Amino acid sequence: MNTPSIKPVFIAFVTNDDTRNIVAAICEDNPQATVEEFPAMVKIESPGRLIVKRQSVSDLMGRDWDLQEIHLNLISLSGSINETEDEFELYWGKAA
Amino acid sequence: MQVDIKTSNIKQLRNTFSHVARRLGADKPASRYQEATLDMQSDTNFHYRPIWDPQYDLYDTARTAIKMVDWYSFKDPRQYYYGVYTMNRAKQQDAAEKQFEFAEKRGVFFNLSEKEKEHLIFAVLPLRHYEWGANMNNCFCTSFGYGAAITQATMYNTMDRLGLAQYVSRLGLLLDGNTGDSLEVGKQHWMHTPEWQELRRSMENLFVTKDWFEVFLAQNLVMDGLVYPMFYKHLETRLNPMAGQTFSMCTNFMQEWFTETQRWVDSTIKTAVDETPENKEILSRWFDIWMVETTRALQPLMTALFAEEAASTFTQIKEELLVRAKKIGLRTPGAPA
Repeated sequence: MNTPSIKPVFIAFVTNDDTRNIVAAICEDNPQATVEEFPAMVKIESPGRLIVKRQSVSDLMGRDWDLQEIHLNLISLSGSINETEDEFELYWGKAA
Repeated sequence: MQVDIKTSNIKQLRNTFSHVARRLGADKPASRYQEATLDMQSDTNFHYRPIWDPQYDLYDTARTAIKMVDWYSFKDPRQYYYGVYTMNRAKQQDAAEKQFEFAEKRGVFFNLSEKEKEHLIFAVLPLRHYEWGANMNNCFCTSFGYGAAITQATMYNTMDRLGLAQYVSRLGLLLDGNTGDSLEVGKQHWMHTPEWQELRRSMENLFVTKDWFEVFLAQNLVMDGLVYPMFYKHLETRLNPMAGQTFSMCTNFMQEWFTETQRWVDSTIKTAVDETPENKEILSRWFDIWMVETTRALQPLMTALFAEEAASTFTQIKEELLVRAKKIGLRTPGAPA
């Protein structure tokens, strides 16, 4: 059972100016992800794995973005979390 | 009685202004920066040409040799529009204020000998006038430049320069015990002391340079690229340790500002370089001209401030700038590999 799970992970944010950039960065870094818009919330779903990269978000925002700022706009998520200074990863099953 | 709370979802019909949507290719949510920048400058229905310069329109792309298909391709990587810009600078001002307060409380500069104070005043206070010159040059780019994408950012730069000059003045006030004498002495240095005259000459030559993009490159890339590392990075090591530390603390804003502004300057010039080979040629030529000119102008100051280390420090500063220029895509035969 070493094949990675493709059960969907998701992450949901409040919709605002900041998260527009976060969502755009996530879509760039996770081509398999799908975005669903709700009133005042945006939910991104991805099979098995989803990654948020600090650098991609910083580039889109035009300023240094601290990965911990993600919690300011975070509503909910599912999956195991693997977190470093530069990346925030959601996945199912064993960490890579 | 029973109350049902119903939610209803109201979907907005349009996500942004039509002129912004046309640029984005679809009606999708635009950032504040995009909405406050794209196509902000008017470009049609001007009835009269300016009587003081009738061969040009009020806003005219022909005022520079640089050609662009779209003048809005100059994006500010910092995404500064008025709101973000002012909030950022206000935060930085708070931090700088604290540093000056601390320096004052500790009275570090009061303990310097008269000679050391005089030296610092000679070395730094004339930079107030350098910043004022840079303010003029960026004003020039703002008034004759084309497209809000670039003129908005050069306008913010002019305000930065006034702030920078004020911090140099604050440093002077710390040195002269709040009398303001150092400011007058600094001006005399800028106007009359031989070591400063070449830099002043370059600055004044730039005042009468007609092509605004050349002014942009000469001031913001070349002059700043040599002056800032020289005064705000290397000078500290030439002062006595106590004064050096306080000096570097009080000029922390300058160092931060330079790092931040570089990103915008580099990306702006890179955009123009990448547009056409002709642009690249013209910009490289300007870079060469102003590099030679500014290097020459700074030489006497270099010698006065860095003595036996002048040559090696200057080489290092120049090489850093050449590496930057190479990254931007300018032709730089002298750049280290």
